[in-house]
Amino acid sequence: MGTYIVRRLLQSVLVLVGVTLLVYFILFQTGDPTFLSVSTDASQQEVERVRHLLGFDRPWYVQYAEFLGRAVRGDFGTSLRQGLPVTSIVLERMPATLELALSALLISLTVAVPVGIVSAARRNSLWDQASMLGAVLGQSAPTFFLGIMLLFVFGGMLNWFPIGGRGQGGPGDELRHLVLPAITLGTFSMARNARLVRSSLLETLGLEYVTVAWSKGLSEPAVVLRHAFRNALIPVVTLIGLDFGALLGGAVITETVFAWPGVGSLVVRAIGQKDFPVVVGCVTMLAVVFVAVNLLTDVLYGYLDPRVRRV
Amino acid sequence: MSQAVVAAGRPLAAGASQVRTPRRGRRLLASLRGRWLARLALLILLAVVASGLAAPLLAPHAPRVGNLLDSKLPPVWLSGGDARFVLGTDELGRDILSRVMYGAQVSLIVGISAVILAGAIGITLGLVAGYFRGRIDDLIMRVADIQLALPQILLAIAMLAVLGPGLQNVVLVLAITNWVTYARLVRGQVLSVREKEFIEAARCLGVGHAAIMFRHILPNVMASIIVVASFAVANTILAEAALSFLGLSVGPDVPTWGGMVAAGRDQIITGQWWIYTFPGLAIMLTVLGVNLVGDWLRDYLDPRLKV
Repeated sequence: MGTYIVRRLLQSVLVLVGVTLLVYFILFQTGDPTFLSVSTDASQQEVERVRHLLGFDRPWYVQYAEFLGRAVRGDFGTSLRQGLPVTSIVLERMPATLELALSALLISLTVAVPVGIVSAARRNSLWDQASMLGAVLGQSAPTFFLGIMLLFVFGGMLNWFPIGGRGQGGPGDELRHLVLPAITLGTFSMARNARLVRSSLLETLGLEYVTVAWSKGLSEPAVVLRHAFRNALIPVVTLIGLDFGALLGGAVITETVFAWPGVGSLVVRAIGQKDFPVVVGCVTMLAVVFVAVNLLTDVLYGYLDPRVRRV
Repeated sequence: MSQAVVAAGRPLAAGASQVRTPRRGRRLLASLRGRWLARLALLILLAVVASGLAAPLLAPHAPRVGNLLDSKLPPVWLSGGDARFVLGTDELGRDILSRVMYGAQVSLIVGISAVILAGAIGITLGLVAGYFRGRIDDLIMRVADIQLALPQILLAIAMLAVLGPGLQNVVLVLAITNWVTYARLVRGQVLSVREKEFIEAARCLGVGHAAIMFRHILPNVMASIIVVASFAVANTILAEAALSFLGLSVGPDVPTWGGMVAAGRDQIITGQWWIYTFPGLAIMLTVLGVNLVGDWLRDYLDPRLKV
């Protein structure tokens, strides 16, 4: 188990280095950000001086190596627009994004797991057909459209929830601000997980050991929940890690719709402003979160299912 | 000698597929019986494709020009509606119905061509990785891991910010951000197929690597690829819509569903819901249609595949 963790850890570090290289390379193509730091009527000489000062006149791999050296010490440079350290700008907004993504995951699982179980246990019933149709609909709704519709109905028409931002007046207010964005972000994953739980449980229910459980005369809840469901959970648990990545990505859109002050809306704005260090910082730190979550689920999974460790 | 064998094998294989094709088509159609959702989905998609193709002929108005005097007119069935504009008009007085019809073009073109390109890249790399194993396999799979550590939409946004808007760029970016799915799927299946006897037989007959990969292994993994690709079309249409919504897709001049929703976003408070609702519903219906067709294809071709 120890070597498995060490190997996965090393893999994760390699992946993160690769991510920074990829993002750095892509953004290096955007052109020279020197012009953002000098006034528009600066002379050619002045531009050259600032470019040299900021180090943008060196080859990209030199700049990248220097960036990486600093990044491992938690230093992502300074925002070209705000003049503040990137690390503090991003970290300040990270809790909002994590709060949104975790709430969405929570909503997704609390709805998807029971719905999936009942659908599998009552296969082809009206409930099964209705909830699976609902799941396909949920998978087909664009995040931003869903968000806007929820805003229109529950924010604008009914005035139940605020139409944007993150609450600041105590837990009640924070919760009221969180509801609509969390539902918006969680819907896609909820729909997919409901389908996954259902199909995975259906598969286990057809296995021989479940037939044995039935023939022992066990009650339906005992067979379905205690015997079948535990094994059916395995593919669901594996996918939660990946799901979290999709939620972080979806947060980019959701945060933009709801003016949620997280890393997602920050990165969209930074790209628009060509604030290169902020973009790299946001993407890298989101990737760190994602890789850490996946590492955690993999280790947990290896702990739960010893077969995995040897692969 | 080996060439003669392969040459002799070719007409035989072609003959076999000629016999099989019509039967397969009929069985596929027969599997539609009793699946009213799949039939509904095919109808929806037919309507979307038709309105995209026939938009220049059928659309009642030009999609890009409007009269500011007609600004924000509600749909015809509401009070104040104008019979000329069935689904109402947007802020600039442009006809929503015409723009929704034209919007189908971008969604369909991007959705289909990005999936084909992503499939071509991913299938080739997956075949190479699974067939040759070793160092090239490690390399391809590590690159895949790196890409999976980045949320797809984030990577797409970053790349489009660099490349700039445009139809080709959107297709390219969505292909690059989606090849991994195919590569991993194909690699996994190749690993088991390559150990089968018929592959060994082909190798003994002197068939080249490329021919073994594309002519002998690929047909055996095609069913899963078709299923995965059909769901990928749905997700690519959603991704394109999200990029249009952020203003990063094909540019402001071309009507897109995502762009129309974005333009209507400012009307949430003022209440002109039709400006963003109809294009949003168009995305949802189209994606729903593709997803339902994907479900049907999965049940028919590869019921054990989890997607």
